[in-house]
Amino acid sequence: MSALSDNALWRGTARVMGVLGIRGRTLVIAIPMLWLLVFFLVPFLVLGRISLAEAIIARPPYSPLWERGPDGALHIIATLDNYRFLLEDALYRNAYLSSIRIAVVSTAFALLIGYPIAYYIARSPEPRRSILLLLVILPFWTSFLLRVYAWMGFLRREGVINNTLMGLGVIDEPLVMMQTDFAVYIGIVYTYLPFMILPLYANLVKLDDALLEAAGDLGASPTVTFFTVTLPLSLPGIVAGSMLVFIPAIGEYVIPALLGGPDTLMIGRVLWDEFFSSRDWPVASAVAIVMLFLVVAPIMWLQSVQNRRELD
Amino acid sequence: MARGWFLPLAVLLGLIFLYSPIVSLIVFSFNDSRLVTVWGGFSTRWYTALFNDAQILGAAWVSLKVAFFSACLATMFGTLGAFVLVRFDRFWGRLLLMAMLTAPLVMPEVITGLSLLLMFVATENLFNSFALTNGLFPSRGVITVVIAHTTFCAAFVAVIAQSRLRDMDESLEEAARDLGAGPVRVFFDITIPVITPALVSGWLLAFTLSLDDLVIASFVSGPGASTLPMVIFSKVRLGVSPDVNALATIIIALVSVAVITAGVLMRRAARQRMH
Repeated sequence: MSALSDNALWRGTARVMGVLGIRGRTLVIAIPMLWLLVFFLVPFLVLGRISLAEAIIARPPYSPLWERGPDGALHIIATLDNYRFLLEDALYRNAYLSSIRIAVVSTAFALLIGYPIAYYIARSPEPRRSILLLLVILPFWTSFLLRVYAWMGFLRREGVINNTLMGLGVIDEPLVMMQTDFAVYIGIVYTYLPFMILPLYANLVKLDDALLEAAGDLGASPTVTFFTVTLPLSLPGIVAGSMLVFIPAIGEYVIPALLGGPDTLMIGRVLWDEFFSSRDWPVASAVAIVMLFLVVAPIMWLQSVQNRRELD
Repeated sequence: MARGWFLPLAVLLGLIFLYSPIVSLIVFSFNDSRLVTVWGGFSTRWYTALFNDAQILGAAWVSLKVAFFSACLATMFGTLGAFVLVRFDRFWGRLLLMAMLTAPLVMPEVITGLSLLLMFVATENLFNSFALTNGLFPSRGVITVVIAHTTFCAAFVAVIAQSRLRDMDESLEEAARDLGAGPVRVFFDITIPVITPALVSGWLLAFTLSLDDLVIASFVSGPGASTLPMVIFSKVRLGVSPDVNALATIIIALVSVAVITAGVLMRRAARQRMH
């Protein structure tokens, strides 16, 4: 690389930039900035603008931003009808609420299952610790879609669980598990369990044994020690892990689409159907904007608070 | 707390929970019966069917191309973004760049996908409304998927690169500057080699994320550019199908070998560094 940075091409580029008054620093800042402005920020402005349009039968299927009136003047066409529609229709309200409920319940289960596992791994001696960590991470690298698909074969009427239980004589009738909220909970907990375990592990592995010994010496039982020492100290890990499960769960589309029933309402799925099945682009955009404010804004706010606390 | 048996049992149950669906997926990929969960004898017919399925092979090729280019671009933009944020304390738009580089991490995929698609459609219309640029906008396909994946993967690369850049010894860069190296040379001769392990992890993560994405690709892709997850999804949406089991088995085998090899190599490197 040194030959490259010294050669005439570089010097030539530097001279041209000098003539134009662009400093190297500006250029380095501009590259990622421009990419993200064009492909991250502008799309949101377009999204917001189309959420104010009317659905029409044309290509593209939404009304233009302005129209030339008979007098030649420009009229801006913008309507809040899509948002009014979202407010009045119970379907959307229920979808937002049930997404939050499903995400909260799944996060709680992931925490209950993940905490003991993370604790055990963090307290294990070295060769075992690495092997267990690898076993926890390994499924994360394999396709998410295929892991959800695996549960379809497990949970369905003639699936592995029903066949096993019926073969053992535990049940006479197959259990209905597919296409229920239960299957969605399983899918979310299963998919995002590694995201819960890893931050918890990273936190618990730093726990000082001396603190636990001190609590024991002072007469605390292991249970009391756990609730008064370990649990409070691992709170940052709990928060981080819960966020990593809750955030992707709330906008989830694939899991409710494959494992959930027709009545499993989740906002990601409603948006998808609105766009691909109803082909109502303006309403889909309005659903996305509301989702942005209800779900993403609080998370961003929480993160900025956390960042500020870390800086202090 | 009954520490004796409770924790090992929890770990055992957790691992059974994590692995039993995958094991059953693999076992039934060798099943002769079309009924995916009823055993009908050993057979490799679904693997033969898979390798004769032009649609799946084509989609796998599209996915690999998209993942390769997205991972390279995302590593470039993510690293530059991280470098700028860590090394330059003050510049116009710093907060904006930080927000745009973090937001994709928490953005639901449906929103990212929809907003990018709407932007592509609006830009295409704008292009087509002028005679000069009519038809110049690339039609939706591999290019638009690569752009979408690059944008969200760059955020993940940036997280990894940022933490490495913060940890690295800045006196190395200062020393190079004191010896007369220009900023470009310092970046390529000092900074990049030092943070290379982070860049490799970032590239691998971006590659995996791109290969795995269904939702964003479904929004921004066009006819003839279906990615592997899109084809798998349209198949499994109608129910279980044994050739998907065969495909899953191959993917799981490849990934396991890659991850375990990487793990062993990293352990060996760490041990060598200690001696």
